[in-house]
Amino acid sequence: MHGFRTLLYKEVLRFWKVGFQTVAAPVLTALLYLLVFSHTLERQVRVYENLSYTSFLVPGLIMMSVLQNAFANSSSSLIQSKVTGNIIFVLLPPLSYREFFSAYVLAAVLRGAVVGFGVWLGTCWMVDLQYAAPWWIVVFTLLGGGILGALGVIAGIWADKFDQLAAFQNFIIMPLTFLSGVFFSIHSLPAFWHGLSRVNPVFYMIDGFRYGFFGRSDVSPWISFAVTACFFLLLAAATLRMLARGYKLRG
Amino acid sequence: MNAAIRVRQVAKRYGKVQALAGVDLDVTSGEFFGLLGPNGAGKTTLISALAGLVRPDQGTLEVMGYDVIRQYRDARRNLGVVPQELVFDPFFTVRETLRLQSGYFGIRHNDDWIDEILAHLDLTPKADANMRALSGGMKRRVLVAQALVHRPPVIVLDEPTAGVDVELRQGLWQFVRRLNQAGHTIVLTTHYLEEAETLCGRIAMMKAGRVVALDTTANLLRLHSQHSLKIRLANAGALPERLAERAKSIAPGQFVLPLESYDEMGGIFAALQAAGLSIDDFDLAKPDLEDVFVAVMAGA
Ligand SMILES: Nc1ncnc2c1ncn2[C@@H]1O[C@H](COP(=O)(O)OP(=O)(O)O)[C@@H](O)[C@H]1O
Ligand SMILES: [Mg+2]
Repeated sequence: MHGFRTLLYKEVLRFWKVGFQTVAAPVLTALLYLLVFSHTLERQVRVYENLSYTSFLVPGLIMMSVLQNAFANSSSSLIQSKVTGNIIFVLLPPLSYREFFSAYVLAAVLRGAVVGFGVWLGTCWMVDLQYAAPWWIVVFTLLGGGILGALGVIAGIWADKFDQLAAFQNFIIMPLTFLSGVFFSIHSLPAFWHGLSRVNPVFYMIDGFRYGFFGRSDVSPWISFAVTACFFLLLAAATLRMLARGYKLRG
Repeated sequence: MNAAIRVRQVAKRYGKVQALAGVDLDVTSGEFFGLLGPNGAGKTTLISALAGLVRPDQGTLEVMGYDVIRQYRDARRNLGVVPQELVFDPFFTVRETLRLQSGYFGIRHNDDWIDEILAHLDLTPKADANMRALSGGMKRRVLVAQALVHRPPVIVLDEPTAGVDVELRQGLWQFVRRLNQAGHTIVLTTHYLEEAETLCGRIAMMKAGRVVALDTTANLLRLHSQHSLKIRLANAGALPERLAERAKSIAPGQFVLPLESYDEMGGIFAALQAAGLSIDDFDLAKPDLEDVFVAVMAGA
């Protein structure tokens, strides 16, 4: 148990020590998105009755930051450790693969949550936000961060080089987050993209997360919860199996 | 005596390369054991398999009686490995590195022991320096320290002195010897054969994934190497016939005479004197591990 806690602590310390890059920078990015999109679209787009586009956008941006940073945390930590070789420091001790998995994923969730909180802090005073069902906000933060944290573990272990990781990020993670209703309600998308969004787990994370704020969403938060929770369990099982087999880590 | 390390029929293949081709090895608790062999012999692969970093294709490995796969927790708690590669985590200081490593092994409040290791390795002044700011030799010593945080009974050092200057090497060996005297089992790989010769009680030599020689250092030296007398005669003289038969000529007037024992020396010098030859120079060569290594590698 202490071994697991130490690994978690190390993973948190790792991003906290360089918080300027790992927390402040993504918060700033999200605020810039908000500035540009709300400025250009505030007048044209109205997703829900009585809700400004800017207000609609903020939860999506917060969630997007949670997801991207959760992924970035576990994936970059693992690939750095692999490339520099210091991964052996955590492979030599008597840590189980479950402890390994939990520590990396929890640290990823934490990084995502801290960045998400930062984006909220930067926006809440200038945007009219509601908190209709705060528990859903917490639940989807944890599940979303957990899913992307686990994906980050997979990507970080699979990739041998930084550019492979970048490809994973650019061709899988970015499209998933952008085609998920961060910037629009997916109802406003053409039918094909609308259909595609429905099989995108990130859509359910963002839709459920947004429900927590406005009590309104494209699908019921319970459906979003069921989809996200199942997806997390599947992904966790896959990641644990990969770790148990020692894929790429214990050759 | 109980086995600190037990390796049975371990094989490992990387693509076309048979890195380990059925290795059997026992290291007894308390031994100072040398693992020698040319580059690519499979030493690091064997150590990695022992540490659970590499899964063998077949065979079993145990540390202090614990199977490294089925009982990996106990096996790893009993093993400290100093890796061959000079790796470090640039995010942390020396002390943070050692505290984290202690934590991974489930140990809290390890600062007393950490301070002791730091002192023995002359790292105390660098305790709060970032890993990035250390020289190669210092980073190497931090790796040694990391391998010791959990006081493992079995310590494996994979070429710990590669790229470390002489003074540091001496200090490191003194420390490792002390650990051995305190009861730790030491397994060492090194390219410096004279180091292995003075330190190791028993030696295994590997070649192409196999153990090709395994014996006490004394036996290896006796079997494959001899004392010898090297003589240079004045005016490029020739040896009397009786000596020439057993001598090897290495240059005009220079000969090497193998000795069964030092007692023969009197007779040799007497024979030279009787023949009216005068000696410019002579040298006594002791058996050394280099000869053994060359002989074993050539024969294997
Ligand atoms: N991860 C790996 N992938 C492919 N080949 C490897 C790997 N590790 C070791 N080898 C090969 O296995 C052989 C043994 O290597 P190694 O155990 O490092 O030898 P040593 O430590 O004795 O120099 C070498 O031919 C090496 O190239
Ligand atoms: Mg090696």
